[in-house]
Amino acid sequence: MKSLEELKAIRERMQGQVGLRNESEASTRVVVGMATCGIASGARPVLVALADAVAEKKIEDVAVTQTGCIGLCQYEPIVEVIQPGKEKVTYVKMDAKKALEVVEQHLIRGQVVTEYTIGNTMK
Amino acid sequence: MYRSHVLVCGGTGCTSSGSQQIIDTFEAEIKKNGLEEEVSVVRTGCHGLCALGPIVLVYPEGSFYSMVKKEDVAEIVSEHLLKGRVVTRLLYQETVKEDEVIPLAETGFYKKQKRVALRNCGVINPEVIDEYIAVDGYQALGKVLTEMTPDDVIQTLLDAGLRGRGGAGFPTGMKWKLAKNLVPDADQKYVCCNADEGDPGAFMDRSVLEGDPHVVLEAMAIAGYAIGANQGYIYVRAEYPIAIERLRIAIGQAREYGLLGKNIFGTGFDFDIDLRLGAGAFVCGEETALMTSIEGKRGEPRPRPPFPAEKGLFKKPTVLNNVETYANIPQIILNGAEWFNSIGTEKSKGTKVFALGGKINNTGLVEVPMGTTLREVIEDIGGGIPNGKKFKAAQTGGPSGGCIPIEHFDIPIDYDNLLGIGSMMGSGGLIVMDEDNCMVDIAKFFLEFTVDESCGKCTPCRIGTKRLYEILDKITKGQGTLEDIDKMEELCYYIKANSLCGLGQTAPNPVLSTLRYFRDEYIAHVVDKKCPAGVCKGLVSFEIDPEKCKGCTMCARICPAGAISGNLKEAHVINKEKCLKCGACIEKCKFNAIVKK
Repeated sequence: MKSLEELKAIRERMQGQVGLRNESEASTRVVVGMATCGIASGARPVLVALADAVAEKKIEDVAVTQTGCIGLCQYEPIVEVIQPGKEKVTYVKMDAKKALEVVEQHLIRGQVVTEYTIGNTMK
Repeated sequence: MYRSHVLVCGGTGCTSSGSQQIIDTFEAEIKKNGLEEEVSVVRTGCHGLCALGPIVLVYPEGSFYSMVKKEDVAEIVSEHLLKGRVVTRLLYQETVKEDEVIPLAETGFYKKQKRVALRNCGVINPEVIDEYIAVDGYQALGKVLTEMTPDDVIQTLLDAGLRGRGGAGFPTGMKWKLAKNLVPDADQKYVCCNADEGDPGAFMDRSVLEGDPHVVLEAMAIAGYAIGANQGYIYVRAEYPIAIERLRIAIGQAREYGLLGKNIFGTGFDFDIDLRLGAGAFVCGEETALMTSIEGKRGEPRPRPPFPAEKGLFKKPTVLNNVETYANIPQIILNGAEWFNSIGTEKSKGTKVFALGGKINNTGLVEVPMGTTLREVIEDIGGGIPNGKKFKAAQTGGPSGGCIPIEHFDIPIDYDNLLGIGSMMGSGGLIVMDEDNCMVDIAKFFLEFTVDESCGKCTPCRIGTKRLYEILDKITKGQGTLEDIDKMEELCYYIKANSLCGLGQTAPNPVLSTLRYFRDEYIAHVVDKKCPAGVCKGLVSFEIDPEKCKGCTMCARICPAGAISGNLKEAHVINKEKCLKCGACIEKCKFNAIVKK
């Protein structure tokens, strides 16, 4: 028999999953380029790492989605972080480890990881 | 953790248009692309847009694919799920504006809707209790059992102003209060759920059971606590196999979790639910007949009083509510009476689900706040009438309800307004009729249904509806007189006043309301011997306009009765003796040379 606490635990655990289906617009969008170029340079593990980390750390109002070719194939895998009222941040040449850093620094603390941004890489 | 969810509608509508195959193909394609660890395929309940099924929703993007074919699946998987490119071509076209994809909630169909009872339909997997728990499922039961007294629960419902969604609109809190207090020393009480949805064209209860079965179980347990019952029965018609299957699964899971059974949440409260299947008799939707049927007897009504709250199932105090009513209750408990109270009109609170059918573009299920006008429901949400035809009337309440003509198009829909104009809310079937529908024929259709479904126990209903049907039949054949119309009206009032149960008491409503708003059509049938809509076969004849006929012989070849003759390139003629008035020639003629008169 389940107690009320166990019920709450199930709810917490499942919310991350079902919450994905919310119609309400998440304020932050994390977009991964998943065209052939992106996939070839390893965008899949980046996408999975981002999605898992966001769900695990219960970061609300963040939607991890994918998009097609962004047009900068040589810099793939590319991750864009789009927040309302802020300039879009484009991270390039990402991998799963860097992605987790972005989650930790940017999504949670609000600090852009300048090291991985396109501006920094092109310098 | 899955990064993307593919929701495929598994309601009856989409299932019959092949959604199971779509699910299988998705699973196969996802596997083929090695995405099975990243993408989950979920079979949900109804999304409402049944006309456009099978429906597939992909999250987190919220892309709404409509009329998906098996052949489209591979493209959606490789383009959207793998490469992240939404397949715009296959999207529900309302969500695409000037190459931009707009959220589903902003489309005409969804914009004016407010989903309370259908909250989880199409969102969760109805066969997984954990998903229901994730969207606050069973929290209301927990709150009731640990924080509220039975009187608190009843007072909350009274304050919320929830009225029965089965049709009559009796205040739910009042019903529960009576069942709790009328017989203070009752040794046993029952909670029943009326899922014997019988109105032609109504399918909202089925959709709730298919899409969100746990909400009904939770609400019934709450009712059990409020009135002091430990046993519930869901009476569901056997023609709803998907609903029954999902209820069985839901009851099994709830028992396994201890959310049904003994000592729920360790509070000492016991409650269990069993299913009873009905054989599809319309009268068993009437409360006393339903309970008689659960008792194992022939489903016939009995006189009231005593009301079920005093002597119901097995002569014990019983609460009987409709599926949609129950679907509102956990939300009311969690969000409070004031939240619910703020939706709707002065005397009708909350929302109402309607099953849109008939001559309307967006056939399907919609939920709107009470007080939404008929125009909004039909034009904005329903997408208007197909083929540029003119709206004639909307039929609400099925065989117990009536017609709403165009002059009441802007009336806010609630219980009292509909009664005031000679119709009723009913369970929520809303059938739209256009200029091609004959109102006498419609009345006859519903009467035929009630004649068939009358249980025969009381004379006014058994014989009265039969006589009423005969007069209507006579009129549609062109043999009626003006006296017949008067006689018919008198008979209607007699049947209403003297029948034993709701079936007979409301059976004449389709006749009375069409007489009220479309008397001219009756007069046309009787006096001019014409059917203005060209529906009643006895009153129309088919003719070929020799001026327009090119002699292509198309009509002669299609005519199943061999009634059309003529030589090639010469005007043809119809032999009226042989003509079956099937209309096949009209559809075939390219020159509009054939006219119905």
